[in-house]
Amino acid sequence: MNDTPLHLAVALDGAGWHPAAWRSQETPGALFTAAYWADLVTEAERGLLDFVTFEDSLGVQSAAPHRPDDRTDQVRGSLDAVLIAAFVAPLTTHIGLIPTVNVTHTEPFHVAVGIATLDHAAKGRAGWRPQIAPRAADATHFGRRSTPQLTDDDIRDSELIAKRLRPLFAEATEVVEVTRRLWDSWEDDAEIRDTATGRFIDRDKLHHIDFAGEYFSVRGPSITPRPPQGQPVIASVAHASTPYEFAARGCDVVFVTPFDRAGAKAILAQVDEAVEGAGRDLVERPLRRFAEVVVFLDDEPGAAARRKERLDTLNGAEYTSDAAIFTGTPGELADLLLDWRTTGLDGFRLRPGAVPQDLTAITRRLVPELRQRGAFRTEYGPGTLRDRLGLPAPRNRYARGD
Amino acid sequence: MTKQIHLAAQLPAIHNVTVWSDPRSTSQIAVDNFVHLARTAERGKFDFFFLAEGLRVREHKGHFYDLDVVGRPDNLTMLSTVAAVTRHLGVAATVNATFNEPYEVARRLATLDHLSGGRAAWNVVTSFDAFTGENFRRGGFLAEADRYTRAAEFLATARELWDSWADDDVQADPASGRFVPSEAGRFAHRGEHFDISGRFTTPRSPQGHPVIIQAGESPAGRDFAASDAEVVFSKYNRLDEARAFYQDVKGRLARYGRSPDDLRIMPTATVVVADTDAEAAAYADEITRAQVSPQTAIAHLEAVWGRDLSAYDPDGPLPDIDPESESLVLKGHSVFRTGRAETARRWRALAEERGLSIRELVIEVHGGQTFVGSPRTVADAVDHFVQSGGADGFVFAAHLTPGGLDDFVDRVVPLLQEKGALRRDYTGTTLRHHLGLPPLPRTQRTSGNTKEAS
Repeated sequence: MNDTPLHLAVALDGAGWHPAAWRSQETPGALFTAAYWADLVTEAERGLLDFVTFEDSLGVQSAAPHRPDDRTDQVRGSLDAVLIAAFVAPLTTHIGLIPTVNVTHTEPFHVAVGIATLDHAAKGRAGWRPQIAPRAADATHFGRRSTPQLTDDDIRDSELIAKRLRPLFAEATEVVEVTRRLWDSWEDDAEIRDTATGRFIDRDKLHHIDFAGEYFSVRGPSITPRPPQGQPVIASVAHASTPYEFAARGCDVVFVTPFDRAGAKAILAQVDEAVEGAGRDLVERPLRRFAEVVVFLDDEPGAAARRKERLDTLNGAEYTSDAAIFTGTPGELADLLLDWRTTGLDGFRLRPGAVPQDLTAITRRLVPELRQRGAFRTEYGPGTLRDRLGLPAPRNRYARGD
Repeated sequence: MTKQIHLAAQLPAIHNVTVWSDPRSTSQIAVDNFVHLARTAERGKFDFFFLAEGLRVREHKGHFYDLDVVGRPDNLTMLSTVAAVTRHLGVAATVNATFNEPYEVARRLATLDHLSGGRAAWNVVTSFDAFTGENFRRGGFLAEADRYTRAAEFLATARELWDSWADDDVQADPASGRFVPSEAGRFAHRGEHFDISGRFTTPRSPQGHPVIIQAGESPAGRDFAASDAEVVFSKYNRLDEARAFYQDVKGRLARYGRSPDDLRIMPTATVVVADTDAEAAAYADEITRAQVSPQTAIAHLEAVWGRDLSAYDPDGPLPDIDPESESLVLKGHSVFRTGRAETARRWRALAEERGLSIRELVIEVHGGQTFVGSPRTVADAVDHFVQSGGADGFVFAAHLTPGGLDDFVDRVVPLLQEKGALRRDYTGTTLRHHLGLPPLPRTQRTSGNTKEAS
């Protein structure tokens, strides 16, 4: 068995991933307040988790991935994920903060500067999950372009989805490239404060990035000095070959969605293939692989499944997900995670079914369980989020002569 | 009754206000410095903390301009961090209406207002600058004539988005199972600049709309402010010209059915405090000379002349060659863009009349520090300026980061409080309340009604 400790992250989304989860909250609707997010992230930090992610979208939530709905019985409405992450940054010390940011309707320059600023605000704990817009309806919020409309048939097959959205992934690849160049566009020692010559910066250590791609061009440099991590962590969710290729080209972490151990193995083989296809050197640029699991956790055997059923009844349908759904005890989940990781996974991004109970079950019950088995850290080490994930200090592509 | 003074603090990352050569001036990007300055402002019972915006590193004669502080954060992101470590202080950001879309900006500002519990403000600006446009996928720029129509429609559209959720749309009632009505967030806007529709993601925030700030000085800008803004920034910090501006802008409000008290006018100002007036004057002189180094003097002259003047002695006379008014050597700087031939004429005349060297001239036109003196002198001057109708308060830009306002807050603020001109403590939680603005009326959703921009 692999004796490096497991990496563990939590995906925060509204009241939890079950659409009826808000109905079991003490103060339903509190999710639009700062205190709500501060409490969740400090709880995750108490559990010594690697990082939290924040879901986001430039459209109102929907039960369908490809078109809006008019449901009134589920959480609708959200806050900007980067600003939530920036708000919790000074209230936490160690935990990584990875907001989702749309790349289809946003300006790459703004995204790069926003994440660089988050990394300054969090002193080296920022990441970014680029996300394309899978819903054509969101494009009318901007009125600048149209995007492919997926059909009910398309969404049954993740390969079909990816095929239809391939141009958006190609564009997203350019956004990631531009972002990485902008983060490098200031060398670490660009600020010199040379009082003798009156120069604040060494102007040769700022760089135009002169990106001209198929979809857009950006001149640079960034307006924000290089972030503390140099390159904040980029993570993406992937269900099919095109997104595996996207991750293999530009991401540091990929979240995959197997339904069992064999599935994990098969998916990792596909990821390996994509990495090879991209010609990526994994020693210089490692790619951390996390599996996603939706979790309902209770100590008493059977209780978690019953809790999920109650939520299903409230929701009027059984909850299904793009990721595996686990109901059971913390011990059983620890078994599953340690079993799946033998396929070569570096860690897991757990999606709590209902917040806060499934989050506290992770931090206060699952974590001690894993720790007992020697599979999870007992304290945070020093360093940045990149350090924690074992990602080497990135070389600045524009730096000369070191 | 004594008029209440409204104060704001700005972290001045660019231009030459920051004296980075002073060892007490530390990082312009470290989060701890933003937190320090914001907490100082909150200790001084300021209304808000303001961060401007820059979207392109300035270039001078084909190189990055290296004489001033360079580099700044994304302001809304940093202000969200600042909001987490303050309780009452407003948080205000400049956000450009040219290189952004209403949906995204309205959403980020509504989020900041939620997270801060009702403390957000937005300084609406537009840019017509192709140089900055090179950083954006939309590229290009705006015709100068379209600036205010775009800004006005951008703001109107943002207001429609903020009004697309009624105050009580988040019902979240577990008993009935109803979280929101299906119409919550629905909007449609068809206008000259924006044709958008759908559903807005963010419920109505504590202030309803963030406080709107404007900084235009042209007649069109003044009208935009009088019709739609709640705070106006101005550059007029000499009492005579400030009074004229104040009267003009306040006089325009009635035309839009508003009262003079619905708008706060706040010039940008600097302050130098020392034990005695004489010490403060000497220190102010030193600051001004540091802000206008010999290199900076030449660079500003080149910006106006539109040509390389590096061979000239900063301590010598102005060049006798004429400016090249078509050539722009300093790009991305808002001050030296237009009217340069006229500026050059004025500078020459002034230098000849007073016998000033290049550097002395640039120091002279730079204007020096606004309020200089002992704590008592500064308190009296600040109070007099406001009580005599020059302003409702000031935005203070400090020459040192992050400690530049410490002296003012520790030594001058208590005197203003003694005069009854500045609150001793906050009496409300929202920025609108601090500014003495009426709360927005509760809103019924405006969803679905297509609004035609006029």
